[in-house]
Amino acid sequence: MRVDGIPNVRTCIAPLKNDIKVETQGKFAELPDAKFKDNPKETIDVDILVVGAGPAGMCASIEAANQGATILLVDENLCVGGQLIKQTHKFFGSKYERAGVRGIQIAKDLENELKELEKKGKITLMLDSTVIGYYEGKKNKFKFGVLKRVEYKGTLYEIDCKAVIFACGAMENMLLFPGNDLPGVYGAGSVQTLMNVYGVKPGEKVIMVGAGNVGLIVSYQLLQAGIQVDRVVEAAPVIGGYHVHAAKLRRCGVPIYTSHSIKEVYGDGKVEYVLVVKLDENWQPIKGSEKKVDCDTVCLAVGLTPSTRLLSQLGVEMELVPEAGGFVALHNDSMQTTVKGVYVAGDSSGIEEASTAMIEGKIAGVSAAFLLGYDKRAKALKKEYIEELKKLREGPFGEKPRIAKNKIKKLLEKKYA
Amino acid sequence: MHNYEKTGILYKKDLKLPSKKQLEKGVAIIECVQEIPCDPCVDSCPVRAISMKDINAPPIIDYEKCIGCGKCVGICPGLAIFLIKFKDGKALITLPYEFLPIPEVGNNVKALDREGKIVDNAIVKRVIKVGKTMVITIEVSKDLAMDIRNIRVDS
Repeated sequence: MRVDGIPNVRTCIAPLKNDIKVETQGKFAELPDAKFKDNPKETIDVDILVVGAGPAGMCASIEAANQGATILLVDENLCVGGQLIKQTHKFFGSKYERAGVRGIQIAKDLENELKELEKKGKITLMLDSTVIGYYEGKKNKFKFGVLKRVEYKGTLYEIDCKAVIFACGAMENMLLFPGNDLPGVYGAGSVQTLMNVYGVKPGEKVIMVGAGNVGLIVSYQLLQAGIQVDRVVEAAPVIGGYHVHAAKLRRCGVPIYTSHSIKEVYGDGKVEYVLVVKLDENWQPIKGSEKKVDCDTVCLAVGLTPSTRLLSQLGVEMELVPEAGGFVALHNDSMQTTVKGVYVAGDSSGIEEASTAMIEGKIAGVSAAFLLGYDKRAKALKKEYIEELKKLREGPFGEKPRIAKNKIKKLLEKKYA
Repeated sequence: MHNYEKTGILYKKDLKLPSKKQLEKGVAIIECVQEIPCDPCVDSCPVRAISMKDINAPPIIDYEKCIGCGKCVGICPGLAIFLIKFKDGKALITLPYEFLPIPEVGNNVKALDREGKIVDNAIVKRVIKVGKTMVITIEVSKDLAMDIRNIRVDS
């Protein structure tokens, strides 16, 4: 609904006042010309809008710009890099994915590439900015609203583009248990941000929940920051992450308890202790197995959910694919969704990891540029990247994303059968 | 299911161990047994002693070809490669280390096994830097060469 000329207002919670003008709007709202915080609206016309400057978004932008397209890269954060800026460990993969290089260094390398392209006028970086929604665009064009924050002011931008790549990443999953709202209960990713980006010690003694790669890596980084990791608990009967990551923790003396979880967290205003419980083969708590463990921090590394709200709002076909981490946009090998010109890459297309996110970004970038008529070996490059991606997913740890991507492909075929 | 998938600890049966003669020469022990997409160790080896069927296959080391140079130790992203050399009735273990403080040559440090238990006292023999990973050589008891995989430096 539109209220006093402002679109996309949830009228059910908008306060009622005299002479309020409430109107219905079309599926997509029109972006008003109204001033925002006294600043007039500005307009940017660009070939491709890339949403999110993490590994996928950065690679998509670089790739599409190298093909010849003009790019606007928008990110909510104050710097580019996404999750890479806190990945202090060396990456796996082959030399094509910069194996052996730490994530923080990859972020810097990609940032330098972006800056070079920015100097050449191929890429515009818009940081500290949020893509707030999709609006009714002109024919063959997409229109987005972007809010650029400047201190406590801000400018509303209208972005007109011919294609868009969503590389919005993911959000950490929460776990249900009494006491999960106590200060000291964190997502593992947020703890990693506190430590590695802001240099803040999140606590003194941590219990990590989840022995996937995120849980194992963040535990190791906690140790490196001089924080005690009391234990890692994992509900599954086996460690989900790479053995080499688990081995690094174990040889520092950190125990990993498989078939264990946390039941309750207690404390007066903050985390003080946790009840750890053993699980049976049906993942049910075994009565009497509760053990009280003192700690001041609980870290949850229990998976991620793709960030897809802009994709939903735009109206691409979404499906629930559990192996992908939740609802994801159906997409083809070119990373194009069911709406022509709308692409997706990285975790927001299905949860995986940074190396594959970078390749997906490259595929989306080269495909979007090709769609707009930019072609410097575009087809050959795309083929190379698809091959590279396939190789990385071939092993047992690539099984889940392999299943997810196959399901997405099948659902897409079914839709257009 | 392998036991290490539950415990995070490799056992001697999970590894193909070198002979005494090979250990006297000095060889790299690769403790990377899963199929993960990673291959920098292959390129790091100057004598092509490390091979891999494809990027997901676990690396295989030819102990006869290995010259014990230790280049792979600082390269491996999983910090899963260790160099072992028997010398003068002792074992020299070269391992990757990413903690502070960084020990100095001649320091006495604690030697830990794969569970993080202190099993020996070690003397630091060499400290080099490969990127941001420290590669540290310690001297320990020969009979613990296949158990010691970490150090603790008391600040």
